[in-house]
Amino acid sequence: MSENFFKVIRAGINTTFQDLGRNNLNHIGIPISGVMDKRNYILANKILKNGTSHPIIEFAYQGPRLVYHGEPLNISVSGDVKFKIFKNKNEIEGKCYETITLEDHDEIDLISTNKSVYGYLAIGADLNIDYQWKSCSINTKANIGSNSGKKIQDNQKIEVSKIKELSRRRLDHINSKIENIRVIKGTNFHYFSKESQVKFFKKEYSVTKLTDRMGMRLEGERLDNIINTNIKSEGLVKGVIQIPADGNPIIMLADHGTIGGYPKIATVISADFDKLSQLIPGSKIKFKEVNLKDAETIFKLYEMETNNIISKIL
Amino acid sequence: MIKNISNLGDAAVYCDFGNDVNKEINSKVINYFQSLKDSKFEGITNLTPSYNKLIVSFDLSITNFEKTKKIIENLEIKKNYSISKKKIQIPVCCEEEYALDIKKLEKKLNKPTDEILETFFSKEYFCYMTGFIAGMPFLGDIDKNLHAKRLETPRVKVPKGSIGLTEQFCNIYTFESPGGWNIIGNTPLNVFDSLNEDNPNLINPGDTVSFIKINKEKYKNYNE
Repeated sequence: MSENFFKVIRAGINTTFQDLGRNNLNHIGIPISGVMDKRNYILANKILKNGTSHPIIEFAYQGPRLVYHGEPLNISVSGDVKFKIFKNKNEIEGKCYETITLEDHDEIDLISTNKSVYGYLAIGADLNIDYQWKSCSINTKANIGSNSGKKIQDNQKIEVSKIKELSRRRLDHINSKIENIRVIKGTNFHYFSKESQVKFFKKEYSVTKLTDRMGMRLEGERLDNIINTNIKSEGLVKGVIQIPADGNPIIMLADHGTIGGYPKIATVISADFDKLSQLIPGSKIKFKEVNLKDAETIFKLYEMETNNIISKIL
Repeated sequence: MIKNISNLGDAAVYCDFGNDVNKEINSKVINYFQSLKDSKFEGITNLTPSYNKLIVSFDLSITNFEKTKKIIENLEIKKNYSISKKKIQIPVCCEEEYALDIKKLEKKLNKPTDEILETFFSKEYFCYMTGFIAGMPFLGDIDKNLHAKRLETPRVKVPKGSIGLTEQFCNIYTFESPGGWNIIGNTPLNVFDSLNEDNPNLINPGDTVSFIKINKEKYKNYNE
């Protein structure tokens, strides 16, 4: 039996295996994890006709450089990613959202994400990786998931099996950006002064470098808490915006702590998670209030839009 | 039983059981949590109980706030749900290299180390909830003479096994993580085991924990 595998020449900055994450474990302190940009995860897998929870390689800013050994296999890249393919001595400029066939000794160099954070490399084969609680998603803080819960490392092997047939498929797609993050008022909105409540929706906030898969820290005009800068520790969900004593917002993302003790000023709506995750440090954003009914409608429209994009894969 | 039900964003229900923290309110939270967990309603993706709140997350592609709220309102609660009631002993070494904040606590509480530790080790503690990081137990209530605020500047890295105090609660850092609790010692015992998928947490809500003081020699030899 021949062995098919990738060898990691350069791992990149924060390269992990992800899928849709693991549910029903918050009560023991384990967050959902899973891909940061779900739409791009779905698109990369759909192009290869992979299943809906097929594992993917997620990378941030700089992706991995890999050399492939084995029988021909298809890959696809999604996001806004600059990358190159090396076949013999030929260097080929990579294109996102289309199948690329790799043969023995070909290399792929995922150089950088362009004005965005996360990119995805989907593989048209099964990945021989471990699962924990039915998910391969790596949570590097708790060392949970495939790869012993650690980032993908230089020189490691990624074995694949059951290679899919090599069809050719592509999609025209451009990722749009957002400046307005839509939110629903939080359970502690009234903890903040009237002036700060107005400020929260009027002023610009910038994304700081202290942003990772756990959370996004923002900087802007200080928000004044007039009741208590702590609450009794309680559960958190993805998208919750906490305001600690320093007055700057922190948005909970996929690997967030399951419990927290800072007041919740608002929660980002589900339809904006993908684009929120792609904001690079220095990006300026504003919060815009929507009500629950609107948020639900916007989410349905976002899902329809995703399905519409999928239907255009040729 | 639930004082107020509201939405937390567009994909979670926020159940408020009141402002106080005590065993009675916490056991109501746990009863709701267990009943929902056992019922396995389609679309519910996570249940996050805490001292006096329960957050019910759901998949917005499958269900929504109104439907999930109705499920919670119509939920049949089995009285006296049999929760975990284990008694667990945790060995702790409080020598200087592990008791990172004991000197600060002496000042905050205006008490000598011996008295702080004697008071701390003389009580059993109830596990209200687990979380923040995987497997971390939130235990209480510590003697009111030991109530101290969090560190002004939280540590970027609290060592694995650290025992921390804040206000009426104490906890155990199941692995290295950021944190702002006052550290008084360290346990060599593994409190979270991710390889044990069925039961990764040593301590679960409802359990009772007592801490046993050990010396450095015993600490070093503990895992041998």
